[in-house]
Amino acid sequence: MERWQWRQAQHRRQASPSAGEAAEDAAPLVLAREGPHGPVIHDVNAAARAADMRPGARVTDMRALIPDLVVAKAVPDQDAADLVRLAHWAQRWCPWTRVDGADALLLDTTGSDHLHGGEAAMLRDMKRICAGLGLTARLALAPTIGAAWALARHGGNGTICSPGGMADALAPLPAAALRLDAGTVLLLRRLGLKTIGSLAKVPREAMVRRFRRIEVPTCNPVIRLDQAMGRTREPLVSVQERAPLRVLRRLAEPLGDLDGLERILTDLAGDLCAVMGDSEAGARGLRFTAFRVDGVALTAAAATSRATRDSAHIVRLFAGKLDRLDPGFGVDSAALAVVDGEALIALQDDLTGETKEALAMAQLVDQLSARLGEDAVMRPVSLGSHIPERGEVFRSAVRPVKAGDYPVQRLGRAPLRLLGSPEPADVIHAVPEGPPARFRWRRKLHDVVRAQGPERIAPEWWREPGRSRLRDYYRVEDDQGRRFWLYREGLLSDGRGGRPAWFVHGLDV
Amino acid sequence: MAALETGRPCGQSCAGFGLPPGQLLLACARTAAEVLWTMEEGLRCASLSAIIGEVWGDPRALGFTATKRLAMRAERQGVHVFLVRFGGAAHLSAARERWRVRSLPSSPHPYDPKAPGSPRWQAELFKGRGMRPGMWEAGYDRAAHRLHLVPALRNGAMAVAAGPASPAGLAVSR
Repeated sequence: MERWQWRQAQHRRQASPSAGEAAEDAAPLVLAREGPHGPVIHDVNAAARAADMRPGARVTDMRALIPDLVVAKAVPDQDAADLVRLAHWAQRWCPWTRVDGADALLLDTTGSDHLHGGEAAMLRDMKRICAGLGLTARLALAPTIGAAWALARHGGNGTICSPGGMADALAPLPAAALRLDAGTVLLLRRLGLKTIGSLAKVPREAMVRRFRRIEVPTCNPVIRLDQAMGRTREPLVSVQERAPLRVLRRLAEPLGDLDGLERILTDLAGDLCAVMGDSEAGARGLRFTAFRVDGVALTAAAATSRATRDSAHIVRLFAGKLDRLDPGFGVDSAALAVVDGEALIALQDDLTGETKEALAMAQLVDQLSARLGEDAVMRPVSLGSHIPERGEVFRSAVRPVKAGDYPVQRLGRAPLRLLGSPEPADVIHAVPEGPPARFRWRRKLHDVVRAQGPERIAPEWWREPGRSRLRDYYRVEDDQGRRFWLYREGLLSDGRGGRPAWFVHGLDV
Repeated sequence: MAALETGRPCGQSCAGFGLPPGQLLLACARTAAEVLWTMEEGLRCASLSAIIGEVWGDPRALGFTATKRLAMRAERQGVHVFLVRFGGAAHLSAARERWRVRSLPSSPHPYDPKAPGSPRWQAELFKGRGMRPGMWEAGYDRAAHRLHLVPALRNGAMAVAAGPASPAGLAVSR
């Protein structure tokens, strides 16, 4: 038998904690949020509810009713974050907890109530501890999520419902207690079905025929009734997170030398790989932390280009980095954690051996980028641009890169080597748009013997400002056979600036 | 420094020499010692077909011992290793073949007499294990994907049949 428990944490107290409970509840307090026409009430406390204030009403109207109304600003984001924290904290009672909606928690206490002295004692315990935290809790315990939801909101506080008495306990509750939306509740009210009991008395065939086309549970009372009565399954997915992949070793004696640290790392890598193997995970980013006796933590990080579970490879990644750590008076414990991981199933070598080669390549990339830096190991990526320095860029090989949507293949010959940025050159050329005849670049004069061009590349108006100029590329060879890739930026007559400038952009064209 | 002076390789033109750009891996090191370390790491990896290292000038790290290490590892692994040196002097080196390459006026363009044709180089083998030194004119044949070596000086050194047939022969160990 499954038992579900419902707990509703009322809105957070915004008043200062030193204010007494009684004083706090005596004065009407509302939380306001910004609405389309000024502040709107987000939630109210018991006194305000007694004064007939409802969420959704405008604050100015309510001020007219009660001039000394206390209004505080609502912070729904923070409330949601707090509720998640509360869900984790509620695992003190049972291992399965979940946030439900904006203000509620669901706990599956099946099999854990006896640890707290029975169901009633557990509810009392919950109530006491929540009151200690300054929270007003409405509790209910029922065999299904739906029944617990209904009893906590519309039944008495602290109701315990047994499987046999569930139908009787739910019967007097209003139809809205079935987690239905307002439209469906209104429809049922018009049909004269105001309570769950009256809804349950309607022949099932008639209900199914009326609501058979509606698949959304909040609009379909048949589904909701079945869920509340336990006729269909409704699982509770816990907020429980996956345990972090981290291994720790404590040393009997503080360790002062680096060789020892390397040995610990080797042990830790073996432990971590076993842990990762159990959960079929692989590491993309790793952090090694050594805790010194004087309270300082030394860290070293490494990243891999594809998920790995190879302990020898992990040790090699940290090879140059441990030397930079200063053990000081000694290290008494060390941890190795996966900071970035992904699923990695066991790889099998295929007949062509491609898997092995790709793996070896990835390991090489990791190795190089661990020492040279992530951005120093690169692969060319073609992007959709005809401008040479924009059409092909080198990106870090560690992070997987995707080529542009429309990579451009150059039709003309590209130079074997491209300068990092075009370098200006003084050029003598036939006016107005002739090929270069002689140019000076890096303080050296080159006589052009042969030239071919131009290859014209128009500016990309969708990326650059409208004043950018076109480029005329020339392949040029000087008297010693050295080959250059020059371009002239703009034309004399294009009206976008003065005389066009010349640049050397590539070599060995 | 080599990258600053001569730029970076352009993947699309590598495709013209029969190397798909996707298979190019470029590692930029700060010092010559790091270049040598990177080349050695590359030699450990089984999936590289050739390694080209570029060094500017005459760094202290590039001594006889370092080149010997590289040469022996390369022989054991069976991977082509090219050490390209710019603006340096031909000091002691344990490279198995040492070439000195200079540019030559290119061959005439088949359709346009004013345009530069396919490139040619003057390649001088000044040290080689089991080979006779000599000087050649080298040209790249795009269709056949090989380097032609034509003896520049007619001294009968045609016996060298071991002309590098791989396109990476453009990179020179000196």
